[in-house]
Amino acid sequence: MAKLDPKERMKIPRQPMPNQDAVIRSGNFEEVALGYTEETMRKEAERCLQCKKPACVEGCPVGVLIPQFILALREGNMTKAVEAMKVKNNLPAICGRVCPQEVQCEGKCIVGKKGEPVAIGRLERYVGDFELAHRTCPLAAAPATGKKIAVVGTGPAGLTCAVDMAREGHKVTMFESLHGAGGVLVYGIPEFRLPKGVVFGEINYAVDCLGIDIKTDHVVGRSVSLNELLGEYDAVFLGTGAGLPSFMRIPGINLNGVMSANEFLTRVNLMKGYLFPEYSTPVKTGKRVAVVGAGNVAMDAARCSARMQALQAKQTNGDKGEVHIVYRRSKDEIPARGEEVHHAEEEGIIFDLLTNPIEILGDSTGKVVGIRCIRMELGEPDASGRRKPVAIEGSEFEMEMDTVIMALGTSPNPLVFVDADGLERTKYGTAVADTTTGRTRKQRVWAGGDVVTGAATVISAMGAGKRAAADMHKFLKGEAPW
Amino acid sequence: MYKILEKQVLSDVTKLMVIEAPHVAKKAKAGQFIIVKIDEQGERIPLTIADYDSNAGTITIIFQEVGQSTMHLGTLEPGDMLATFAGPLGHPTEIENFGTVVCVGGGVGIAPVYPIARALKQAGNTVISIIGARSKDLLFWEDKMRSVSDEFHVCTDDGSHGRKCLVTDPLKEILEARKGSVAKVWAIGPAIMMKFVTLATKPFNVPTIVSLNTIMIDGTGMCGGCRVLLDEGAKFVCVDGPEFDGHKVDWTSLLSRLQYYREEEHAAIEHWKHHCNLEKAITDGGK
Ligand SMILES: Cc1cc2nc3c(=O)[nH]c(=O)nc-3n(C[C@H](O)[C@H](O)[C@H](O)COP(=O)(O)OP(=O)(O)OC[C@H]3O[C@@H](n4cnc5c(N)ncnc54)[C@H](O)[C@@H]3O)c2cc1C
Ligand code: FES
Repeated sequence: MAKLDPKERMKIPRQPMPNQDAVIRSGNFEEVALGYTEETMRKEAERCLQCKKPACVEGCPVGVLIPQFILALREGNMTKAVEAMKVKNNLPAICGRVCPQEVQCEGKCIVGKKGEPVAIGRLERYVGDFELAHRTCPLAAAPATGKKIAVVGTGPAGLTCAVDMAREGHKVTMFESLHGAGGVLVYGIPEFRLPKGVVFGEINYAVDCLGIDIKTDHVVGRSVSLNELLGEYDAVFLGTGAGLPSFMRIPGINLNGVMSANEFLTRVNLMKGYLFPEYSTPVKTGKRVAVVGAGNVAMDAARCSARMQALQAKQTNGDKGEVHIVYRRSKDEIPARGEEVHHAEEEGIIFDLLTNPIEILGDSTGKVVGIRCIRMELGEPDASGRRKPVAIEGSEFEMEMDTVIMALGTSPNPLVFVDADGLERTKYGTAVADTTTGRTRKQRVWAGGDVVTGAATVISAMGAGKRAAADMHKFLKGEAPW
Repeated sequence: MYKILEKQVLSDVTKLMVIEAPHVAKKAKAGQFIIVKIDEQGERIPLTIADYDSNAGTITIIFQEVGQSTMHLGTLEPGDMLATFAGPLGHPTEIENFGTVVCVGGGVGIAPVYPIARALKQAGNTVISIIGARSKDLLFWEDKMRSVSDEFHVCTDDGSHGRKCLVTDPLKEILEARKGSVAKVWAIGPAIMMKFVTLATKPFNVPTIVSLNTIMIDGTGMCGGCRVLLDEGAKFVCVDGPEFDGHKVDWTSLLSRLQYYREEEHAAIEHWKHHCNLEKAITDGGK
């Protein structure tokens, strides 16, 4: 393309992401967003103004070199684009798909001040997919240092730390309590949003190219403790996430048909319950599903429910049913990624906003038959800056439901703190760790990701794993004593 | 992958397997459980540790073939591999010298109660054991249980072996005869049996520990599918248990939750049987 001036660049419309049709996709688990072609990628890359002081980079939790990688894309130099990307981000194919770009990089984009921001996330995904498709072993790993590292948890934080340490020549062993690696990327986020092939690509790279050993079925705190790991390894990184679900403290929470989003999503995604009985784990999705909450987890649970309903309807020739998102604040406060909310709406999910459940109703056999809710209004802003929802007196009403999925946030699993004296915890159950180095209060132990921040994002977990690896490496070289 | 080293058929539907799993055996204690998944398509199911040998690196499991996964497991033979074997999970039994204790094992619950009785005996307790099942052919480990017990009772529902009664009958007699001297009761077996044991011990105010076998997925506190209602609120069986004070358990809720996937369980069994028959037909046809 000929050189354009900023005005011309601003005139290029934001390139839409081709998506699977909403009606078709709500009946399958295949990926919704299909990715840019080379042509649309080039067009989109031309929209970037290459700001001297790139605000987008400030918006990125890990400071990805955004103008640099976009410039390389524009020049058609994929190798350079990948290189620029990888300076700060190990997992572009994943982050490009799941980051909340509208409140991060794209939220700060100057082009977005007047029109629509540059689709940085979609370009990032393009770079990531290209790299995954073309990446080959062997890779530049430094000569063996003789140091042994244990990484607990195989989510984005652990995986990033493990890969960076292995590339420095350290021998890395990962411990994972589940039967497969990947953390939330595998058990939580559904296939239609993040194909598992993308995650396995990263894991296989860690195992095959860098010789990282992954010990699945190992529950740290039970099979082996942190103190025992410290006896065997020179350093330990904890990336155990925040996997403990919370339930509302309202009557009826133990009825049949009430479950955590973690349970529902694990059955569907990790255990491939949508292929039951080919796969043995059943998933019960009713005809009237209420998902309580409006974060990414809630959107995923709602959209999986709709797909399960469609599969069941096909088998029984029955009608599909309804899926409701029940959220106590208004649309403006919805914490999920914008794209997911939009996709959920397209797929027919019903949003009951400013609505809070106060009781789950059951029948005589202990099964859910409905929920009792109260209408809410927004009051004064609270500590988080969001307007606080207040119940409207006398506005109680009931909705018929047979399934209630709780997507209300999670906290760190306490098992890893067993036999780990000195590893400090906050009152929220998160590990205390330095934000720049990842060092915990226990010698030779680093931590990062959701276990430190509480449920957050893939990119911040990835960044924490990267920072911890950098500090751990310095420590092992004797450059940064404890 | 974890190798099946040994298999014993304890009854038509009860099987014992010794599994090579050093990472579990190293730390295993009485009262804990494991999660097993047979293959890629399998579900994760919890099974109590019936015995363990940390030197040999092995775990013994005993299971009754009640669902598709246990039926499938029952068809495997020594040398076959299991895809997943995670543990040891849950809290171990708290073993002390309490004085006189009663251990009740019903059906397949005899398996997990054995290492507990053995540990209690080793700790100096006077151990009274009661084992029971619907009929003689569902009983096993009678000798093993007898060998760690100071007093021993066997009962069957149909009278085909031992006394014809429910485990709660000798239990009530013992509590009556030794009023005030029984320090603690352990009961492991079908939920309904555990419920009736706790009802029997309640009037005597004897602390009663039950080991709950709720539906589980991860077994590490991640899904909440295993939750049980106690007096003080919901608890996760996999991390807070599996042992609980039986007098605090809401048995109605527990029993109804255990039934929830019944229809799906039938469908899974049908599918599996059909699949097995097909496979058999193909191999037989090929011969
Ligand atoms: C349904 C869902 C949707 C989400 N959607 C998005 C999104 O769109 N965008 C986004 O940015 N973020 C999203 N998130 C959040 C994001 O996935 C997490 O912030 C991120 O995965 C945290 O990474 P982590 O490495 O800290 O932990 P995790 O990914 O949670 O990984 C932790 C791993 O440690 C293992 N583990 C835990 N305890 C032990 C132990 N004791 N021993 C051994 N192993 C252990 C766990 O099994 C797990 O595999 C979503 C989360 C969920 C649940
Ligand atoms: S089995 Fe999932 S939390 Fe207990």
